[in-house]
Amino acid sequence: MGYEAALRNIVLEDERYLVLTAENRAAIRQLPEVLHGRFLDTGISEQTMIGMAAGLALRGRVPICHALAAFLTMRAFEFIRTDVGIGGLPVKLVGGVPGFLSDANGPTHQAIEDISLMRGIPGMQIFCPADEADLVIGLRTMLESPQPVYIRHNPLTAVVPHQLHFHIGQAETVLPGEDLTLLTYGMLFREAYAAAHLLRAQGVNARLLNLRTLWPIDAQAILQAARETRLLVTIEDHFLTGGLYSIVSELLLRNQVNLPVLPLALEQRWFRPALLPHVLTHEGFSAPQLADRILAFMRTIAAD
Amino acid sequence: MLTTAQITQLETQALCVREQIIRLATDGGCFLGASLSCADLILYLYTHFLNVHPGNLNDPQRDYLFLSKGHDVPALYATFATLGWLPEERLRNHLKPHDHIYWHPNRAIPGVEFHAGSLGHLLAVAAGVAYDCKLRGQQNKVVVITGDGELNEGSNWEALLVANAYKLDNLLVVVDRNGFQANVETEALIPLEPLEEKFEAFGCAVARVNGHDFLALHEALQRFPYAAARPSSLIADTVRGQGLPSIARRADRWFCNFAPDEVADLLAELQGTHTAVLTSAALMVR
Repeated sequence: MGYEAALRNIVLEDERYLVLTAENRAAIRQLPEVLHGRFLDTGISEQTMIGMAAGLALRGRVPICHALAAFLTMRAFEFIRTDVGIGGLPVKLVGGVPGFLSDANGPTHQAIEDISLMRGIPGMQIFCPADEADLVIGLRTMLESPQPVYIRHNPLTAVVPHQLHFHIGQAETVLPGEDLTLLTYGMLFREAYAAAHLLRAQGVNARLLNLRTLWPIDAQAILQAARETRLLVTIEDHFLTGGLYSIVSELLLRNQVNLPVLPLALEQRWFRPALLPHVLTHEGFSAPQLADRILAFMRTIAAD
Repeated sequence: MLTTAQITQLETQALCVREQIIRLATDGGCFLGASLSCADLILYLYTHFLNVHPGNLNDPQRDYLFLSKGHDVPALYATFATLGWLPEERLRNHLKPHDHIYWHPNRAIPGVEFHAGSLGHLLAVAAGVAYDCKLRGQQNKVVVITGDGELNEGSNWEALLVANAYKLDNLLVVVDRNGFQANVETEALIPLEPLEEKFEAFGCAVARVNGHDFLALHEALQRFPYAAARPSSLIADTVRGQGLPSIARRADRWFCNFAPDEVADLLAELQGTHTAVLTSAALMVR
């Protein structure tokens, strides 16, 4: 079952849910005809969609808002922060084509600061599923949360069967390993998964964590990985600032833990627009490139 | 028609509301002029138009009043105090950290529908409430009061487009048209006129009245909604600083923080017995 069918089932079960969109229907095309008035398209107006969602939430509704991640989190940022965040309202935000998934659209459409922005709002929970199956596994829990939620929508096909038990703030350990730990989320999960196998072929046992929720983060799993493995690698289609690398850095510093951490993220620039496979190779995030970058870093710390 | 007794009562209450507002213009101060301009509107709406009071806040059929410009919140709290919905002594906690009575509204005070202060937000929030009322087949009225300077924000017009698209005729946008934005006359900075035509063009059915004339307000609000299947807009022409000639229509008396003796002077001026002597520097904020 895909996102749209899962969402339809949940929304049909419970009157409180409304599906909203700022005229971005790619993931919810069949819903207007089944939801009628509980489907609300506000047109190309992310601010109004969020403001109305806040009003709906005041009336006891749980609005699930869809727009491209870049416009949802940035055009409407102050509405999210002020109306939803200060209000502490259970408004759910589903950002389309986040990170590398915007492939050839160009920098206007690149949401690679969305995690940073959303985690700056007190109370906002952030769910970044590895693929559509992972999204569907976590969807109900995130919608039932009494807090506001930001979801990085991800339509990619799963390359592994995911664990069905899902808890907010709990990572999924996909591969065990003692040498290093790959920490990742969202669409780069499958590259990280393939990279872990390439590393294994080189005699490096990589643990792989699919973090699922970035806020709250699974501090216990990360601190355990820091104790049990010698290197942490953060892999994300997000700016280096404010995303997973920042979250892990803050966590380690707060807990007075010191170990090598290799950040694989976008540094101070937008990525080159192209079709997704080309984006990955051009930016150095395909599985072989990830494995090579990790092995090169391991050589530098071994040489120290 | 309002009876003479009703008008007398409204005028007595309005005087009380203005007294309470003026008392907040010291020891840190408040946005005095903008609070005085919408005082009559707020009082009228709560006493003669809206079905909302502290006893029915959890009733899904009740009406709503959203205060969008936010810095006029002294008028809201003074109205609540005058109607006995908020203990008058709470107003002594103005700007004190142990209470929630500060320069902008927030839901910690019962009766406040939503926090405001960032301009151009609550029309969309009110539209969301209005949409839900319609979806449930309920007859609630949803009113949002905006400032006129606030209409510079494009989000208001965006929200109107959507309110019109969804035929939210349970939504009433009241503009406190006091002619000023912060430190400047609106028409000297970002002209809004012809304002009725702008609201008409965005799909609203519009009325315009003197926002200090209870009879006119009553007549205009009796006719709500002004059209089927469209939001309504009431442009209320008001005076910033209404009731206090010494600060009325003065660009430099937006935010006011007076000395206690000046407040006493202004209270006497409100009674029409005296002209206040104001020596505190006019504040230019923003």
